[in-house]
Amino acid sequence: MYIMIREVENSLHKLKFIKEEGRKNAIDAIKEIGKPPADPTARVDRYLEYFTIGPQSMDPAGVVYKLDHILDVRDTRLKDEVKLMAPGCDEVQVNNLENTLEAAMALNFIYKVVRHYYIQGKKTLSLYVIMQIQMILPMVMKEAEAYASALKAFAYGQPIGDGAGPLVAAKLMHGYEIRKLPKDCVMATVPLEGRTALIIKAEGPGGNVGKPGDAVEAVIEENAGKIANVIMIDAGLKLEGETLGEVADGIGAAIGGPGVDQYKIEEKLTKYKIPINAIIIKEDIGDAVSPLRKEINDAVDKVIERVKAIILEQTKEGDKVIIVGVGNSIGVGQ
Amino acid sequence: MTQNQTPQGTQKISRYIMTIIFVVLLLSVISIILAVSVYLNGVSTSSHVVSSSQAGQDDLTAGFLAIIGLVAMTMSLVTLFQSRRQAAEMKIEVPKVMTTIECKKCGTKTVREFQRGDYVYKDLDACPKCPDTKQIITAVYKEIKEKEKTYNV
Repeated sequence: MYIMIREVENSLHKLKFIKEEGRKNAIDAIKEIGKPPADPTARVDRYLEYFTIGPQSMDPAGVVYKLDHILDVRDTRLKDEVKLMAPGCDEVQVNNLENTLEAAMALNFIYKVVRHYYIQGKKTLSLYVIMQIQMILPMVMKEAEAYASALKAFAYGQPIGDGAGPLVAAKLMHGYEIRKLPKDCVMATVPLEGRTALIIKAEGPGGNVGKPGDAVEAVIEENAGKIANVIMIDAGLKLEGETLGEVADGIGAAIGGPGVDQYKIEEKLTKYKIPINAIIIKEDIGDAVSPLRKEINDAVDKVIERVKAIILEQTKEGDKVIIVGVGNSIGVGQ
Repeated sequence: MTQNQTPQGTQKISRYIMTIIFVVLLLSVISIILAVSVYLNGVSTSSHVVSSSQAGQDDLTAGFLAIIGLVAMTMSLVTLFQSRRQAAEMKIEVPKVMTTIECKKCGTKTVREFQRGDYVYKDLDACPKCPDTKQIITAVYKEIKEKEKTYNV
């Protein structure tokens, strides 16, 4: 038990260091980019403690839209807070700073949870309390280190591993006319293998995941459901032993997050009986939130080849196809 | 400023631990000096008329002091190096991020360090070879040199 406590204690020291660095980086970034009139430290400390209460699900009917509303309110509130902290920022910088603060917030939360179990274990001298945290410590530390390396990427607006989907979409839509979609998404109509590809991604280059659920819903309704296929491209978590940047395809809505967007997309697809394909680029949690690795960047062309193959195999000439690049568009224009 | 010039996280050892290490180190040095002086005294007095038991006791004292001094010195140095290693481990790695710039007309490709404001598909200045075409950023990525360990399974 003593060895376990020591192990948790050492990791806790490291987590404290990472958390403090995260807080410092966020404050420095706000001071440097946002040119605040007053010291933003107190506001940053308050921001790091923000929480969101999920909707009550005793009666689950309509819970998705309640969650959607709460997430919208949270997003607006956090963005407003960043604007108050850094009034000198444009929209792209506000999004990047918001992402930096969210990474610092995640580090703060991880530190507090590990500290909670450590103190609880020492207080109760219970092997099982300490064991719970000690057993998952390697994974927790890996995630914390990933967020730590994400801080600089967000502050500088560098593309991250999670941006693999938007990167593919950007490559397909670059040079074509872009129009805005709800919410924080963009779309371009691109001729692809004799079909019309409606390509959707979150608006970049600011740190933003948009709401692809709303965007896909809007595009399907605009076309009165006459869509031959939907292809979703996202970064997928790889298992140990799998190669970074490996491309795999399958069926279903490839989108993470709280599930609201996935629900909305599935609702529309079911209504109009539209087939859906998913392509994922494999990476681990560390790669997903840290600057984009070359292997992931190189996988973009392979994904485009796979998209073309799916279109040729599953649709007819003249059909309309929706291609969605899911993920954070930080550092990726269009 | 390029992102890659960002300073690393501070690496500090606790002042309390450092004080303890240096006090122990100082005491160990004093102990070794005392051991040497007791031994030398023993040697010089043994040439005069002194009982052999007195000389033997001096050697024993010098030996004890030397052992205590050396053990304390080793322990404090080990603690110092361990603390330095732990502090070195506690830093946030800032990866080297590169930006690839391409000219769509002549295909010239240049790779430079990432600069703040760079993003994929950003239009840059005109290409030096074809002044009527703007260069664009086609990729921003980090390159990791070390290979992942494989387990042959």
